[in-house]
Parts: sequence; C-alpha cells; structure tokens
Amino acid sequence: MSVEAVKIRNVDLKYDEQLVLDDICLDIDEKDFMAVIGPNGGGKSTLLKLILGILKPDSGEVQVFGRDPVKSRHLMGYLPQHVNFDPDFPINVFETVLTGRYHGLFKGYNAEDREAVLKVLDDMEMRDLKDRQISKLSGGQMQRVFIARAIVRDPKLLIMDEPMASIDPEMQSSFYNLMARLNEKMAIILVSHDVGAVSTHVDKIACLNRKLFYHGDVENSANGLEEIYHCPIELISHGIPHRILKDH
Amino acid sequence: MLEIFQYPFMQKALVAAVLISVACGVVGSYVVIKRIVSLSGAISHAAFGGVGMGYFLGVNPVLAAIPFSIVSAMAIGGVRQVAKISEDTAIGILWSVGMAIGVIFINLTPGYAPDLFSYLFGSILTVSNSDLLIMLVLDMIIVAVVYIFRREFLAVSFDEEFSSVTGVHALAIYLLLLALVALSVVVLIKAVGVILLIALFTIPAAIAKQYSYNIRNLMILATVIGIILTTTGLILSYIFDLASGATIVMVLAAAFAISYYLNG
Repeated sequence: MSVEAVKIRNVDLKYDEQLVLDDICLDIDEKDFMAVIGPNGGGKSTLLKLILGILKPDSGEVQVFGRDPVKSRHLMGYLPQHVNFDPDFPINVFETVLTGRYHGLFKGYNAEDREAVLKVLDDMEMRDLKDRQISKLSGGQMQRVFIARAIVRDPKLLIMDEPMASIDPEMQSSFYNLMARLNEKMAIILVSHDVGAVSTHVDKIACLNRKLFYHGDVENSANGLEEIYHCPIELISHGIPHRILKDH
Repeated sequence: MLEIFQYPFMQKALVAAVLISVACGVVGSYVVIKRIVSLSGAISHAAFGGVGMGYFLGVNPVLAAIPFSIVSAMAIGGVRQVAKISEDTAIGILWSVGMAIGVIFINLTPGYAPDLFSYLFGSILTVSNSDLLIMLVLDMIIVAVVYIFRREFLAVSFDEEFSSVTGVHALAIYLLLLALVALSVVVLIKAVGVILLIALFTIPAAIAKQYSYNIRNLMILATVIGIILTTTGLILSYIFDLASGATIVMVLAAAFAISYYLNG
C-alpha cells in the first residue's frame, strides 16, 4: 500500500495568540494535483510551511510520506512566493538551480548534480541562459529558474506558493502543461489567491481561510456545471450569489 | 616617494592594509549581498565594549574584543528566535550599549587610556607585531571557514528559506556568518577603529559587485580593491599628515562614487 504524500490531522497554529490555522485536516495522495485557494492572510503560505517543516503546529499532526516533514524534506521541492535577493547578487542561473541539489555539510556537488541541472534547464528551455546573472532575467524566466531549482532533485511532492504571481498571463497555459507533465511523477500542491486561474487545471481544490474547506475532486463537482455553462467556469466565488460549489 | 616604505611603521601598516583587505573582501562580500551592513555596524560598535574590558583587565584590547563582538553577533542574530524583539531593534540597542560598556570600563580603569582614540578611529601606523599576528591568524580562520562552508553561505545568503528546505541549517549558518563578521571587526579594529570600519566592510565589496557575478571572483576583486584603496589612503594620510583611518575612508568613498558614475 502506498503512503500518502501529505497527511494533516487537526492542526492548529497560532501567531501572536491569533489562531491562523484552525483544526486543519488534509490529505494529498501521491499523484494529486491540488490547489489551495483563499484570501490573502487566510493562512495559505503558513499551511505550506507546515508541510515543509519550517513551522511546527501548536497542536495536531503533520506527516509527509509517513514521516515528520523535516525527515522527508529530501522528497520535497519548493517554489517560494518571493525570493528577495540583492539585484547584483553574484549567482548565475546554473548555480541557482544547483543549490536545489544540496547534499549536506562538507559534501560538494558532483558531476551527476551538474548533469541534473543541465537536464532540468533543458526541460525549462533555459539552458541557453545558464550563465546569465539571476536578476538579468525577465520575471517569467526567473520563475522558470526557481521551478527548475524546486524540481532538480526529482521530488515526490512539489510545493508552490503563488506560482502564477510572477508569470505573464500568456504563459499560464504553458505553465499548466508543465505541471501536468510533472504531475505524472509527483504530487503537486499549489496555493493561489486567484480562484479563476487554477480551477480548470488542478484535480482537487481546497479553500483556506483559517479553516479549510475541502471541495474534493474538481471533475466530479464541475462536470455537470460545464455542460450548463458551455465554457470553463470559475468554480468558487466566495460571497457572490451564484455559488457553484456547495455551501461551507 | 618610495622612501616612506623604508620606515618599519610604514611597512607594518602596509602589511596591516593587506590583512584587513582580506577580511573585508571575503566577509564584506557576504555583508553586502546578504544586506547585513547595519547589523555589522552594530557588531563593530559593540566590540568597543570588549576594548574597554581589555583596558580594565589589563589584557590586549584587541583580544578582549573577540568574545565581546562574537557574543553581540550571536545576540543580534539569535534574538528573533527567542524573544519578540526585531533584529532592527536589537541592532539599535547593542550598537550603543556596547559603546557604553566600553566607556564605563575605561572610566573604571585607573589612569589615562592613551591610545583609546585609535580604537575609535583607527591608527594603522601604530599597529604592533602582535596586532599583526592576531590579524593574520583571524584572517586564516576566516578564509578557512568560508572555504569549508562556501556552499551553505551562498545558499543562505541567496534564499534562507529555500536553503533550509534543502537541508541547510540556515540559522546555524547565519550565526556562523555573523561570527565571521565579528572576527573581521576585530581584524579591522586597530587599523580603522570601530566607528569607521563599516566603510571598509562595505565599499570594496560594493564596488566589486558591479563588476563580478561570481562570488569567488567578487571576494578576490574586493580584496584587491581594498588593498589598493587602503594603501592609497595610507600614503595620502602620510603626505598630507591626516588621520589615517579617516583618509582611508574618504579614499574609499571617492572610489565608490567614481565607480558608480562610470557604471551608471
């Protein structure tokens, strides 16, 4: 029997006495492509940091591939929302992606690591730019470098915080094509405050605003509706009368 | 003009210029790209507490500054983890408290502290052989640690959060980097003084950063720039009979302005 990628049980988390996450339960299976949507400040990034083991829950349990998140970090790839670095930071595309292959203290990067970096840069069509200084890239190119950095060690779970934020609208479909390809090999969880964009591409959706509302399988909840609307639809419109998914 | 290098004090000053430039080029590169300039300023001022303690206890003030600056570096770097005090606030507090402790220690020390001024504003012309030895040993420690942990320092400087996800002990590496800043402060204290040394930390690396996109080359270039500019400042201070530390800082500032103009 396979182990779930992520298993979260009754997790509470407080910041400064304020409950940011309230009794969260969530399961992500090995081949899931899940979007967590919700308003800014609803705890989306916090949830990802729990899965990554950067934050610890005040109560409840988080397991990644059946173990403590910190112990499963080698199985996770992470795309942060912002990378805040000095514009002249002395690092090029190749070296940036290489940091995703970190092995531990006193262990250098080997030929295999360098090959893995070149391969993932090929996949991202970024190999020509491998020697380019990182801030001499466009926003979309930079995002591809950070995705490359996240997947360069073949993670089993890809975690993305607002991946669409710095991608041009016309790049969205190629982004989702890439995600579909990656999803054959790994589970993916992304968070987004943009409810419309994600709905037609992911297969599971959850809404997070301190509490988590799980809407389950997108296809099951959307198939009938698409027939009525004859177009891809925004699945969730919180607070707007034409609610499509069932009430929370 | 070359005859000035025949004086032993000038030869020592030149050796000191090379030794401080190594510390500034290597650690200053991280200080600039990780944007911890004001934090480094706080560590340098806090080190003055150690200088005062050295006077009080009758030990070499430069040596006494080592534990003082390392403890203050750890305090600033670790404060976020243990208390609800922002790093910015901790910087402001330690900056002046370290100085205050130094002043009080000197008050408590009987007699007059003759070369106190040199620890504040530097006096590269009066460095002793033992000062040079301390600087050399600290430089060797700094270069060795940077070489061993270069992958971690780069990863943490670029993206601390991501690096911790890949398994880097980001906090430990950050504190180690601050410890190196503290050691570099000690290397610089005698030559340029706690008040002026932040210019040496930042300016050579800031100039070099405009020309190099590789961390190793950046460090080498910053070191070479540091040697050229501090030596220039040293010679000018001799010719015009000006305070050496202040002259070096003005040369650095002028070089930065010219470099910025040429690149802009």
